[in-house]
Amino acid sequence: MEQTIIYERPSSMVDLRLNYCPGCGHGTAHRLICEAVDELDVRERTIAVAPVGCAVNAYDYFDFDVCEAAHGRAAAVATGIKRVLPDRLVISYQGDGDLASIGMAETIHAANRGENITVIFINNANYGMTGGQMAPTSLVGQITTTTPGGRNPSTEGYPIKMAELIATFPGVKYAVRTTVADVRGVRETKKAIRKAFELQLDGKGYSFVEILSNCNTNWKMTPVESNKYITNELVNFFPIGVYKDDYKE
Amino acid sequence: MSKRMLMKGNIALAEGAVIAGCRYYFGYPITPQNEIPEYMASRLPEAGGVFVQAESEVASVNMVLGAASAGARAMTTTSSPGFSLMQEGVSYLAACHLPCLMANVQRGGPGLGNIAASQADYFQAVKGGGHGDYHLIVLAPNSPQEMMDFAILGYELADTYRIPSLILSDGVIGLMMESVTVRDDYVPKPPAKPWALTGCKGREKNVIRSLWLDEDGVIINNNKLQAKYREIEKNEIRYEEYMTEDADVIAVAYGMPSRIARTVVESMRVEGLKVGVFRPITLYPFPYQRLADLASRVKSMLVVEMSAGQMVEDVRLAVNGKAPVELYGTPGGAFPEEAEVYRRLKSLLK
Repeated sequence: MEQTIIYERPSSMVDLRLNYCPGCGHGTAHRLICEAVDELDVRERTIAVAPVGCAVNAYDYFDFDVCEAAHGRAAAVATGIKRVLPDRLVISYQGDGDLASIGMAETIHAANRGENITVIFINNANYGMTGGQMAPTSLVGQITTTTPGGRNPSTEGYPIKMAELIATFPGVKYAVRTTVADVRGVRETKKAIRKAFELQLDGKGYSFVEILSNCNTNWKMTPVESNKYITNELVNFFPIGVYKDDYKE
Repeated sequence: MSKRMLMKGNIALAEGAVIAGCRYYFGYPITPQNEIPEYMASRLPEAGGVFVQAESEVASVNMVLGAASAGARAMTTTSSPGFSLMQEGVSYLAACHLPCLMANVQRGGPGLGNIAASQADYFQAVKGGGHGDYHLIVLAPNSPQEMMDFAILGYELADTYRIPSLILSDGVIGLMMESVTVRDDYVPKPPAKPWALTGCKGREKNVIRSLWLDEDGVIINNNKLQAKYREIEKNEIRYEEYMTEDADVIAVAYGMPSRIARTVVESMRVEGLKVGVFRPITLYPFPYQRLADLASRVKSMLVVEMSAGQMVEDVRLAVNGKAPVELYGTPGGAFPEEAEVYRRLKSLLK
């Protein structure tokens, strides 16, 4: 019987074992980025900016040019690259501490300048790599190592909704929130990433894809439980959807 | 044909960078260096380049990191409190072996200080400032002409060694106007940058990084950095001497105080007093050996600097007890007085 390959490793993803915890969403997000890069046939003109945090080793997994950035500064680094090489696909890959806390200024101002870059924002509601401390996106009541009694808005404030915030800037052309917690979410995420890349390659302007992902280790859940937590709890505060699309089909 | 023009130091620096092939400037306003971003805002688009007013010094130095990663001659400039904010990025630039040009037109500190000229960021410029074991090539101009020339030299050295170059200037050199020979016949020849991030067409992927979580990566990178620094220390030491051949006392000064010291020495020579001036031009690499040689045959040295005493430590290190080293330091944006330089040199001659 003739065999047909229907699923394989994207050619722009290095054949390496990922260092992420089993069940973590980073691997899925990496794969979706690489699939989109392959489909658009732009591996040779893609430059990514790797974050500080769990995904810091992204440059080992992406088989295209990658620059490191200091914590929070990825959008500024991406700005510098894109201004020099405006015809390249420039991707900034960042976590929630990186993008919404220490790098909030860089994040907002790159969006406000309408830099023609794509920011992929992995929101797992805590600081994963450093051991599960509170992030700006941790939910009210969420127990983390630095909010042992649960996040209390009267002392720690409220979680920040980045996709909604980013969508307010005129320079932003596309801002969405998706998940990688279930099959449907993965499909939507892939569509969003591909669209964001296409808009950038067409010179349309800034695009932002927030992906709700899990941190089963620090959430102290099984991978399955953590994905259920996203679809049952996290989405209630961070609703999935398109917050801005200046180029609706 | 080169032309002569009356130019402010800050403008000379900016135009020098453009002549050197800089087409990407990222910066944030702060006095006393605002002429540089203001000039670049109109000059760079005219030259086919890009000017971005960043949201902060933190962002501007990281934009430089991105542009340098992409292989461009990129630049940022600032003044003391701004350079403090850039230190995180400076450490990353150094660790990532990225060539670029930066300038710190120093003002009085610490803290917000004032907007008067100062040299109190010497430690920050040559001893680190950011975290980790690293150096920058640090050039200290004392005229608008050198502001221009060192912008060009800074890029040449940066590209040769894949290292950030820093022009350590001060508010007076930045704002004074003098006749400058504009090097508009200069043709920049940046080397090929096969390491740059341009998209991996026809080659393996390139990665610009400073993080290694394995056992040896950071040590290997540090050893590479240190080997590079030894090479720079061997090849790139620059200094200027005035009347040091037979001097009994030598004033050691860089930047603006070196001009004051020279004026005083000129008048003392008229009186037949054997004094001279030694001016470090590269603050890193520092001219330790030449100062040591001079120390073995002078009565003493006088360090004149606009700080409470920073470069004096390197002079003492160089001299290593062979001669007494006195300090005339003026902190907080205060200016050294000619009469005081004269008085101190004369007393050291006795």
